[in-house]
Amino acid sequence: MKVLVPVKRVIDYNIKPRVKADGTGVETAGVKMSMNPFDEIAVEEAVRLKEKGVVTEIVAVSIGEPKAQDTLRTAMAMGADRSILVETEAVTEPLAVAKVLKALVEKEKPDLVILGKQAIDDDMNATGQMLAGLLGWPQGTFASKVELHDGKATVTREIDGGLQTVELALPAIVTADLRLNEPRYASLPNIMKARKKPMEKITPADVDVDMTPRLSIVSVAEPAGRKAGIKVDSAAELVAKLRNEAKVI
Amino acid sequence: MTVLVLLDHENGAIRQASRSAVAAASKLGDVDVLVVGRNAAEAAQAAAKLPGVKKVLSAADATSADELAEPVAALLASLADGYSHILGASSANSKNILPRAAALLDVQPIPDIVEVIDADTFVRPIYAGSALATVKSSDAKKVLTVRASAFDPVATEGGSAPVESVATPAGEDKSKFIGTELSQSERPELESARVVVSGGRGMQNEENFKLLEPLADRLGAAIGASRAAVDAGFVPNDYQVGQTGKIVAPELYIAMGISGAIQHLAGMKDSKVIVAVNKDPEAPIFQIADYALVGDLFEVLPALEAELDKAG
Repeated sequence: MKVLVPVKRVIDYNIKPRVKADGTGVETAGVKMSMNPFDEIAVEEAVRLKEKGVVTEIVAVSIGEPKAQDTLRTAMAMGADRSILVETEAVTEPLAVAKVLKALVEKEKPDLVILGKQAIDDDMNATGQMLAGLLGWPQGTFASKVELHDGKATVTREIDGGLQTVELALPAIVTADLRLNEPRYASLPNIMKARKKPMEKITPADVDVDMTPRLSIVSVAEPAGRKAGIKVDSAAELVAKLRNEAKVI
Repeated sequence: MTVLVLLDHENGAIRQASRSAVAAASKLGDVDVLVVGRNAAEAAQAAAKLPGVKKVLSAADATSADELAEPVAALLASLADGYSHILGASSANSKNILPRAAALLDVQPIPDIVEVIDADTFVRPIYAGSALATVKSSDAKKVLTVRASAFDPVATEGGSAPVESVATPAGEDKSKFIGTELSQSERPELESARVVVSGGRGMQNEENFKLLEPLADRLGAAIGASRAAVDAGFVPNDYQVGQTGKIVAPELYIAMGISGAIQHLAGMKDSKVIVAVNKDPEAPIFQIADYALVGDLFEVLPALEAELDKAG
């Protein structure tokens, strides 16, 4: 069984993003970038399925600027067998990304695509669902558990108020939630080995996808800051303030 | 312009987050709503009473009974012709279904809007709420999800819309509902509570987490948690407040033993009043707290309850 795992290069989750002074976006120059945390979980799940003997090949894919190859090397150091970089300077909107992925799915014919549930930069939470829609495949989003058996995937999903279990006929799309697993660190020998693993480079034009964004950014602004708070010394003072000053209790 | 809103319901009642979505939709045009699923008939009756709703579409057929993404997205796409915008709450249900429907319509969805500027232009948070992006869509139809905390929900009574049956398009049977496992709670729903008391890693264990209950009871509050508390197994994950959990904006948010990582702040920093109790005076949560109390929460908690009791 073959698995495709799309990964995205984003600003590292520990960094507080700064809005550019001209309001056109968020400063990315000279900022530490990493693999989107949800995508690490997706790669880890694919690698675990391979270690169980269920999966035979893992193909990592990234769409973006040339530096996204660092993210693919990380995926290969974690255990992906090979990778495809779709090079573009364009904005990677989920609709266009889903179209590129659809073309790659038709070429590579995986049985399962595992994505992260959302990228922590645009917070869209859409690409997996859109890819499933474009392919007409079933989807198991926000997965906290995935089991493969007899041409089916049993997926436990995190929903509002608890968990839901669905059964999907393969091929299918799964998007990983935080609790699916604990991703491994790439070891130094594996990082070295990953350098020798194959990376194919193509462009969106090669798969006939127009990357023109449907959404234009009018402006990006800092949210309104909160007024400075005050320090209280005791529970009694706190209750008094909440009651008489803030009037919330 | 007519707008279609997919409603989430529970035991026949329309969820508050969906009533916020109806409020956002009312800013765009006439509002029709769609209910699907097992209690669709009951939910349709409840939906018909929402003020501002012009028509209720109800799909009570077996195909969409489990509200799975595959049939419901196909249903939305089949209904899309008459609508300029399709909306849902930013709930797990809508986030599962709407992007799929958008793909079927060849539209880029706009998730989690906090403001409607005009029919094409919306404001949404990006980077865990560290920035607000104003985006303009060039798509002919807009598919949007609505952040509940940004729009006051419409009332549950006041309207009287007609109900019309719609049928889910027959599709291939590629997904099957197996079951759900819901957390039991007598407390107010986290996303709609007026007061939220949240605990973090500082609560130390599952037993201690229960110490928050008397305070929550006293304040009529919902109980929330940071990811650290969820990962440590103190509480189930649907308690989680943050970028990957629930987004709340109550009148009062009390953070107990929560350091205040940006992923957590993303879920609660629009609360009206924030109280933080932490023994580390350098904890980032204090930077956004209106009232900061540096101290051991195990001493503060009983003192707080005593004060509340004393004051009546």
